[in-house]
Amino acid sequence: MKLFSLILGLLLSLTSTHAAINVNGAGASFPYPIYSKWFAEYEKSNKEVRFNYQAIGSGGGIRQLLKQTVDFGASDAPMKDKDMKKAAWPIHHIPTVLGAVAISYNVKGLDAGLKLDGTTLANMFMGKITKWNDAAIKKLNPNMSLPNKDILVVRRADGSGTTAVLSDYLSTVSSDFQKKMGRGKSLRWPTGIGAKGNDGVTNMIKQTDGAVGYIELAYAVKNNLSTVALKNKAGEFVAPSTDGVSRSAATLKDFNGDLRVSIVDAAGSGVYPISAFTYILLPVDSKNKKLVEVKKFLRWALSTGQDMAEELHYAPLPKKLVKALEGKIQ
Amino acid sequence: MENVVNHSSNTKPTPSSSPSGGPKGGFFSLKNQDKLHLTAIKSLAVFVIGLLITLLILLLKQAWPAVTEFGVEFITSDWWNPVEDQFGGLSFIVGTVLTSIIAIIIAAPVSIGVALLMTEVLPERAGKTIGLFVEMIAAIPSIVFGLWGLFYLAPFVRETLTPIIKSTLGFIPFFNGPSFGIGVLTASLILAIMIIPTITSLCREVFRSVPTLQREAALGLGSTRWEMIRLAVIKPSFSGIMGGIVLGLGRALGETMAVAMVIGNQPEIPKSIFSSAATMASVIANEYAEADSDLHVSALCLVGILLFGVTLIANAIARLIVWNYNRKQQG
Repeated sequence: MKLFSLILGLLLSLTSTHAAINVNGAGASFPYPIYSKWFAEYEKSNKEVRFNYQAIGSGGGIRQLLKQTVDFGASDAPMKDKDMKKAAWPIHHIPTVLGAVAISYNVKGLDAGLKLDGTTLANMFMGKITKWNDAAIKKLNPNMSLPNKDILVVRRADGSGTTAVLSDYLSTVSSDFQKKMGRGKSLRWPTGIGAKGNDGVTNMIKQTDGAVGYIELAYAVKNNLSTVALKNKAGEFVAPSTDGVSRSAATLKDFNGDLRVSIVDAAGSGVYPISAFTYILLPVDSKNKKLVEVKKFLRWALSTGQDMAEELHYAPLPKKLVKALEGKIQ
Repeated sequence: MENVVNHSSNTKPTPSSSPSGGPKGGFFSLKNQDKLHLTAIKSLAVFVIGLLITLLILLLKQAWPAVTEFGVEFITSDWWNPVEDQFGGLSFIVGTVLTSIIAIIIAAPVSIGVALLMTEVLPERAGKTIGLFVEMIAAIPSIVFGLWGLFYLAPFVRETLTPIIKSTLGFIPFFNGPSFGIGVLTASLILAIMIIPTITSLCREVFRSVPTLQREAALGLGSTRWEMIRLAVIKPSFSGIMGGIVLGLGRALGETMAVAMVIGNQPEIPKSIFSSAATMASVIANEYAEADSDLHVSALCLVGILLFGVTLIANAIARLIVWNYNRKQQG
């Protein structure tokens, strides 16, 4: 009995020293690397808070938030109005960083620096352009020697925010793509093979001659894959970079309005056209005291945290947007 | 069931042989022990069955919107389009059944051969060593198989196996077509490797249970070693072998991760053995986490129920074969 009370006492003292506020979040896996870095850094200076973030995917994050099993959600694609209505409270979309989707390819005899425009890319992904030396590609790359090889489209097999951003871009630039494929996290692809996760697609591109696919920028950089320079609205061919992505967010007209907007194919010079926000979904619920901590963290992430984005290949938010957001979080 | 009977028949005589053995009339009295034991076992058995039924009911409840929306069309249509909320699961059923059958066709002869080698040909110690290695295959997690398949098997299939198959069986359309190393064939090969230990272990036990007398009798009648194996070992073991194959088939039908990584995940009925396809388990694993619309989630649950149904039907067919065979043997 003595031993038991001793152990109980020990346990109690252990938990009391760790009496932290536990904040739970769930959602997108795309921003998970930067979020976990942010949480770790933030907890160093704010020892009373513990963040627990489960990267279960955007869809799962939204479902968990609606069921009120987590304090905040996270999503790559903004919530649909239908889902917003299901929530018990209004939900703010707070962008945290920006990401880019790179078009990577692996074709023997084809150097880096391939140039493509939106329509050609859409036709490749729809299986209408099947050879690497197709006239449409040749026209955009007059100085390159294009091999007579089959194009193998590699795409995501699992539902993914990356697919959502790419399909948003291709639907914006090609009405044909919009009609036949549409926008979504899982599409009905007419051609190609599906690989699981960004790493699956990356690996498939790496080992298959003639492959082209879409992956997050970080994966293309880390694996040294050739990326396509895409034609933006201003007519320039821009290779994917964090700078090009930040620029596309800077073209937003209304920083104070609803931020559930698409920034693909933005106008402006130096803009990389396939970019998107990733959001933290913040419920407006005065009863949940933990949200104060989430807001505190968000303010930190939008100021100090932004400097950590670039080393992890995320694009920081434009300064003007950060200012507008700081007002919104108050 | 056998255990229960044995146990109770072993313990029953004890009270009469030593009446003053335990505490009398207490909760754990010798008289009560049997009852308690039986109740405990019964409730565990009921629990397992109850678990299965609850699972099915919950799944059905989730899948109901898809059932009412698509009805029978869900099984007859292969149009799976999450963007338009149109779902038909035929391609997944075909993908699952096709990969599993090819896997069985590859794995069953190999497994039976290995099991025969271990029991009939090799000395006992060598057989046991090989058995150890085969069973170690079963301990490898399926994600490891998937990665291995993606990095090594897929290039091997693309560069070595495809040309061989195309040059020998290429005249049949099903064995001809573009190959990227990812597809039905690679998935089936991975599945075959994964189910070989299951079938081998079962066959080995079945072959071991054949009485030595029977073998000696066959040899004594002047049969060669091969004739002895065929007549005295394989023939009486038929239902056991089928049992092993059914267990292997069960694993192949439900295997998720390894298949999802190497099958190409194209929701289409495969045109050739090299083309990409998708299985029921792989589509659930791939799309469930990010399924936005309620109908999408519901359709995935319905695929889960169908997978259950397919497994059940496969089991029933195997039983039918065994039953038919036994009747023929007797009649």
